[in-house]
Amino acid sequence: MAALEYGGATTLRHAFGSVLCFFILLLIGVLAFSIRLFSVIKYESVIHEFDPYFNYRVTQFLTKNGIYDFWNWFDDRTWYPLGRVIGGTVYPGLTLTAGSLWWLLNSLNIPLSVETVCVFTAPIFSANAAWATYLLTKEVRGTGAGLTAAALLAMVPSYISRSVAGSYDNEAVAIFALIFTFYLYVKTLNTGSLFYATLNALAYFYMVCSWGGYTFIINLIPMHVLLCIVTGRYSSRLYIAYAPLVVLGTLLASLVPVVGFNAVMTSEHFASFLVFIIIHVVALVYYIKGILSPKMFKVAVTLVVSIGLIVCLAVIAVLVALVASSPTKGWSGRSLSLLDPTYASKYIPIIASVSEHQPPTWPSYFMDINVLAFLVPAGIIACFLPLSDASSFVVLYIVTSVYFSGVMVRLMLVLAPAACIMSGIALSEAFNVFTRSIKFQLPGIPENSHSGAGDTTSGSATIKNDAVKSEKHSSTDKKEDSLKERPSKKNRKKEKEPVEKATIKSQVEKKLLALPLEMSVVAIFLLVLLGALYVVHCVWAAAEAYSAPSIVLTSYSHDGLHVFDDFREAYAWLRHNTEVDDKVASWWDYGYQTTAMANRTVIVDNNTWNNTHIATVGTAMSSPEKAAWEIFNSLDVKYVLVVFGGLVGYPSDDINKFLWMVRIGGGVFPHIREPDYLRDGQYRIDSQATSTMLNCLMYKLSYYRFVETDGKGFDRVRRTEIGKKYFKLTHFEEVFTTHHWMVRIYKLKPPKNRIRGKTKKSKAGSKTSSTTSSKRAGRRKNPWH
Amino acid sequence: MGFRFEFFLVLISILSAPVLSDLILSKVDRRIDLTSQVVRIASTLKVENTGNDVVSEVLLAFPDHQAKNMAYLKAASNVGKGRSKTSVSLSVKVVHPKGMPPALTLYSVTLPKGLGKKESFTLDILAVLTHSLQPFPEEITQADAQLVMFQDSAYYLSPYETKIQSLSVVLPSARYEFYTKIHNTKVVDSEIRYGPYENLPPFSYSPIVVHFENNQPFAVAQRLVREIEISHWGNVQVTEDYDIVHGGAQIKGGFSRIDYQARPYVRGASSFRHLIARLPPRAHSVYYRDQIGNISTSHLRGDSKKTELLIEPRYPMFGGWKTSFTVGYGLPLRDFLFESEGKRFLNFSFGCPMDGVVIDDLIVKVVLPEGSKDISVSVPFPVMQLQEIKYSHLDIVGRPVVVLEKTNVVPEYNLHFQVYYKFNNLSLLREPMMLVFGFFFLFVACIVYMHADMSISKSSASYLAKLQWDEVQAAVQQVQNNMNRCLAVHDKLEASLRDLSRTGDVQACKAARKAADGLLKELSKELKPLLGFLQSSPQAAQLWPKIQELVGKEKELQEKLMLKHSTVVDSYEKKSGGREIENRVASHQQKLTALRQEVDDLLDIISEI
Repeated sequence: MAALEYGGATTLRHAFGSVLCFFILLLIGVLAFSIRLFSVIKYESVIHEFDPYFNYRVTQFLTKNGIYDFWNWFDDRTWYPLGRVIGGTVYPGLTLTAGSLWWLLNSLNIPLSVETVCVFTAPIFSANAAWATYLLTKEVRGTGAGLTAAALLAMVPSYISRSVAGSYDNEAVAIFALIFTFYLYVKTLNTGSLFYATLNALAYFYMVCSWGGYTFIINLIPMHVLLCIVTGRYSSRLYIAYAPLVVLGTLLASLVPVVGFNAVMTSEHFASFLVFIIIHVVALVYYIKGILSPKMFKVAVTLVVSIGLIVCLAVIAVLVALVASSPTKGWSGRSLSLLDPTYASKYIPIIASVSEHQPPTWPSYFMDINVLAFLVPAGIIACFLPLSDASSFVVLYIVTSVYFSGVMVRLMLVLAPAACIMSGIALSEAFNVFTRSIKFQLPGIPENSHSGAGDTTSGSATIKNDAVKSEKHSSTDKKEDSLKERPSKKNRKKEKEPVEKATIKSQVEKKLLALPLEMSVVAIFLLVLLGALYVVHCVWAAAEAYSAPSIVLTSYSHDGLHVFDDFREAYAWLRHNTEVDDKVASWWDYGYQTTAMANRTVIVDNNTWNNTHIATVGTAMSSPEKAAWEIFNSLDVKYVLVVFGGLVGYPSDDINKFLWMVRIGGGVFPHIREPDYLRDGQYRIDSQATSTMLNCLMYKLSYYRFVETDGKGFDRVRRTEIGKKYFKLTHFEEVFTTHHWMVRIYKLKPPKNRIRGKTKKSKAGSKTSSTTSSKRAGRRKNPWH
Repeated sequence: MGFRFEFFLVLISILSAPVLSDLILSKVDRRIDLTSQVVRIASTLKVENTGNDVVSEVLLAFPDHQAKNMAYLKAASNVGKGRSKTSVSLSVKVVHPKGMPPALTLYSVTLPKGLGKKESFTLDILAVLTHSLQPFPEEITQADAQLVMFQDSAYYLSPYETKIQSLSVVLPSARYEFYTKIHNTKVVDSEIRYGPYENLPPFSYSPIVVHFENNQPFAVAQRLVREIEISHWGNVQVTEDYDIVHGGAQIKGGFSRIDYQARPYVRGASSFRHLIARLPPRAHSVYYRDQIGNISTSHLRGDSKKTELLIEPRYPMFGGWKTSFTVGYGLPLRDFLFESEGKRFLNFSFGCPMDGVVIDDLIVKVVLPEGSKDISVSVPFPVMQLQEIKYSHLDIVGRPVVVLEKTNVVPEYNLHFQVYYKFNNLSLLREPMMLVFGFFFLFVACIVYMHADMSISKSSASYLAKLQWDEVQAAVQQVQNNMNRCLAVHDKLEASLRDLSRTGDVQACKAARKAADGLLKELSKELKPLLGFLQSSPQAAQLWPKIQELVGKEKELQEKLMLKHSTVVDSYEKKSGGREIENRVASHQQKLTALRQEVDDLLDIISEI
C-alpha cells in the first residue's frame, strides 16, 4: 500500500509541478502586460513618440483598404514631391500583426478601434516574449532557470522602454520573434526534429517581416554553427537545425518586399551561405569517414584538401573582388556603423544625429538592465558547467549582443533578453546550490544521532520534509516580492530532481559542494534582496522613466500638475484649418506625426531614405529668409512648422537640433558651412552669435516676437537672452502658435506683384547689380531650380 | 442684392389685391432678439374677424430667405387670464394658397375654434432663424470686433391689413454701426424701436437693416451624431460626435498668440474659447477627446440637479476655424428608462446639451439592446426616422438602432422624446451564458484533445513507435512501482528488526519475515513478464541496461537484507548481546546503505528518462 502511495505521490508531484508552472507562466504574462500599462494609467491610451505614429497610420490604411492595396500603397502624403512606396519599404510584420488582431476582434463583434489595438499590441507581445524566454531557457537549462528568466524578462527596463502600451514600434514584436526563433533553433538542435526546423524557418520569416534586426539572427546562428563545428560538436542535429533554416529562411525572407533580393545579395547574409557550404563539406567528411577505413580516409583527406583549397581560394578571390568593387563593401550604412562604430559619425550625419544611435554610457547599462549586469558573468560561468550545444549558443548570444549594445544605445534591446537568460540561469543555479546545502545540512543532525539503527529511509524522508519546510519558511518571508520570488521557489522545487540526479552520481562531490548552513541562508536572503531591488527598479523605470508618451508633456510645480499638449494642439489646428492638399515643411522628426495626426503632406519624415531631400529642408532652415522662401516655394510648401521650447524650457526643440540641420544641409549643399553658425566653435544664440545664425530662418521663426513675452527675450532652454530681439518677417507670416509656444506655424506669403518690384528696383537703382547677382546665387543654391 | 429683391417684393405687395378672408390684425407687437447667433422673432397678433364667415385658419407670411433659415416656428394661444394663463400650442403647417405673391412662404395656423364675426383672438408666434446674421465685413482680423447685419421689414409682413403695430429690435450691446431710419424710430440703450405704425395694407414691406457688433459665440455644429446606447445592466451610454465651426466672420491674416495672450478679450473678441454642456444629473465616466487623443482642457462640475461640463477646444475658435471632438458619458438607467403597459420606454432629450450651439444636421441614434421588439418612437415634432442594425460586443443578430435625423436644430428642440420597445429580461443572461459555454467547450475540447488519439495514419512507423514507446513507458512505470513496493517491504523488515530490538519479540519478527518473503516472491513474479517485455522491446534498448542494473541491485539488496535479518534474528534467538549483534550486522549495514542509495539513484535516473 505504502509503495503504491509513493508511486502515486511522484506522479502527483509531477502533475502539481506542471500546473504550478503553468500558473506561474500565466502570472508572468500578466505581469509583463500590466507593468506596461503605466503609460495608459498615468497619461492616456495614445500612440507614443514618432515612429509608432507612422506604424499606426499604416495599420489604419491596412484595416481600411485591405492587404492588396497595402502592398501597392504609394503614399503621396510624404516626401513631397517624390512620395514613398510604403508597401515596398516597410517591415510589415507589426502592422500585419496588429491588423489581423483587429480583424479577428471585429469579426468576433468586439468593436475595438484600430488605435486601441495598436496601443496594446506591444504589451501583449512582451507577454509572448516572456513565454518565449521561458521556452528558450528551459531548453538550455531546465524549467527553473526558464521561469526565472521569464520573470526577469517580463520587467527588464530595457525592453519596457520599447514596449510600453502605446509604443507601437517594430521592436515590440521583433524581440518576441527574435527569442522565439532562437528557441526553435535550440529546440531543433536538442531534438534534431525536422518539424521544429520548419517552424524555425517560419519564425525567422516572421522576424524578417518585423524588424531589420533579423540580420543579427542570420549572422549569430551561422557563428554558432561554425563554433560547434570547430569545437568538434558537429552532429546530424546541428545539420538539421541549420540547413533548412538557411534554405527555407532565405526563400521566405526574399518574399518580404523590403528585403527582396537583399536576402542573397548583401554582405549581411554572406556569412550564412559560407557556413552553409562549410557544414555540407563537414557533413560529407563525416559521411565518408563513416564508410571508409581510417587509412583510406587519410588518403582521401589529403587529396580533397589539396584540391579543395585551390577551389576555395579561387572562389573567395572572386567574391572578394566582387564585394570590394562596391563602395560600401556590400554592407548597408547601418550595419557598417555597427562594425565600425566611428563610421556613422564620419560619413552619415543622419544616422549619427539620432540620439538612440549613440553609444551608451555606463549608467545607461545600470538603468536598462540593472542587477542583471552583475548576474550575467555568473550565468556565463554556469553555462560552461557543463557546456552543451544550447548553452554555448546562449554564451555566443550574450557576447555578441554586449558588443552591439556598446555600439548603439538602441541595441541594448537585443542585449536585454540575453542578459535575462543568463541571469535566470545564474539565479536558479545559485538557489540550487544554496537550497541543496541547506537540505544536506539540516538532516545531518538527525543522521548522526540515529546511529546504528540503519534508519536511512526515514532519514531521507525527513530530509525532504525539512527541505520543504525551509522552503516554505523562506517563501513566507518573501511574500512582498512574490512575483520575483515565485519562480525561484518554483525552480528550487522543480530543480530538485535533476539536482538529486547530478549530486547522487558522486556523493563525495556533493559533500564538497555543500556550503555551511548559515552561509546558505544568508546568501539566499541576499539573493532575494537583490531580486527585490531589481523589481523596485523595474517598477520605477516603468512608471517614471519610460511611460511618457512624449507628445504630451507634464510637469509638476507648486500649484499642481501642468499639461503641455501643444503638439496635438498644433496638429489638430493643421488638420482642421488648412486645405487638404497643403504641404507642411518641418524638420524630419515631426514628419510622421504631421502625416498621422494632422493628415497633411510633408516634405521629409522620419524614414530618412533621401538624404538630399532632408538636406534641402536643412538648407532652407539655415538660410536667410528670402533664400529659404525660394526653396520652400519651389517645393510647393505652404506652411512651415517649427518646435520651440524657449518659453517653457522644452530642451529637444529645433534650435537645439539646428546644428544637425546645418551639418546635413552642408553635406549636400556646400555653401552652408557649419563654422558660419558657430562663434569660436561654440553654438550660441545670444548677442555673441554670428550674424549668419541670427539671420537664418530657424532663428527667426523660433524667436519671432518672442521678446514681447517678457520684455527681455530670455530663452529658458539655452538660459540666455536672445541675440536679436526685434525683427520683422517679410516672407513669412505667423498663422498659429500653440498655448505654450512649443509649436509655431508660419505661412509663406504669396509672391509680391511684379509692378511693386519694378518701382523698388528703380528706387534702388544702383543696387540692382548686387541684388541680381545675389538672386542668381540664390538660384544656384536652390536645388530645385 | 437682398435690398433690391425686397424692393421688388414691396412693389408686388402694393400691386396685388387683398383677396383673402376678412381678417384684420388689430394689434401686432414684434420683438426681434439679436443677442445671440440665432434670431428669435416673438410676435403677438391680435386677430379680428370683420367678415361674416367663420374663420378657423390664420396665415403667417415669411419671406423665403427667412423661411429657408427657419429652424423653429411655434404658434400658441393664451387661455385664461392673470395667474391661470396657460399657453396652448397650435398646429402650424406650410400652405400654398393661390394668388399669393412669389418669394413668400405661408404658414397656416389652425385656431382652436372658429372665429366668428367680430370676434378676436390673440396669437403668440415664436420664430427662430439660424444663419440670418450676416457678418459684415466678412473677413476681420484677430483684433477686430465682429459686426453682423440683420435684415427685416419695419412693417409686419402679413396677408392681412394691420391696424397698429410696433417692432423692437434687441441688440447684444449698444455698439451698433448703422440702422435704417424711417419715421418713428428711436433707440433706447441697446434696443431699437420702430413704430407704432397704423393702418397698413396687406403685404406692406419696408426693409430695414441693422448693422451691429455681436461677439457672441457663433458655434455651429455642422454635424452632430448622438448615440444613446441602452444597457439593461444599468447604464445608458451617450456618445456625441461634434463637428464644430465658428460661423461668424472669417479671420483674416495670421493668429498671433502673443496678442491673444496679452489681451484675450480685446485681441480675440470675436473668438470663443469654451463651450458649456449641461448634462443630466449623475452623469459619470465623462470623456472628451478627438481623433488624436484626450483633450485635457475640460472641467466637470456636478451637483444633484445637473452636471456641468466646460470644454475647451484645443485652440481658441476664430471665425471660420473648425474642430471636431467627441464627448461621451454614462448615465444611470433608472433615470431614463421606464415601463408602461408591458413596454419599456426611454425618455431622453433630443437636442444637444450645449448652450447656444446651432446644429445644421443632428442625428440621434438610439441603440436598443439585442433582442428588442415592437419598436416605436414618439417625437413631439417631425423628424426623419429610419432603423439600422449595429453589431457590438458579443452580438449575433445585432442591436436594433433607431435613427432620428433633423436639420437646423436650435435649443428650442431640447424636448424629450420616447422610444418604446419590448425586451425580455432573460435575454440579459444570453451574453454571460455565451461566454460561460464558450469557455466550457474550450476546456472540454482541450480535455478531449489531450485524451483522444489524433493521428491520421494508424500504421505509420512513427505512430507505431509512439505506441510502443507508450507501452514501454507504462512497463517502466510498473517496474518502478514494483521496485518501490519492494523497497517498502524492505522498510517493513527493517521496522520489524527495530521492533525486535525494542521488544525482543522474536516470533513477531519471524512472522513479519514470512509475510515479507511472500510479498517479495509475489512481486518478483509480477516483475518477470515486465522484464521480459522490456528486454524484447527495441524501444527500451537504451533503458534496458539501467533497468537490468536496477533489478540486479535490488536483488542484491534483498539478499543482503535477508541475510542481515536472519543474522539479527539468529543472534536474538541465541540471546547475544546488543554490541555483538551490532558488530555482526555492521558490515551488512554498510553495504545495505550503499546498495539502497544506488537503487534510489537508479530509480531517479529511470524516472528522469
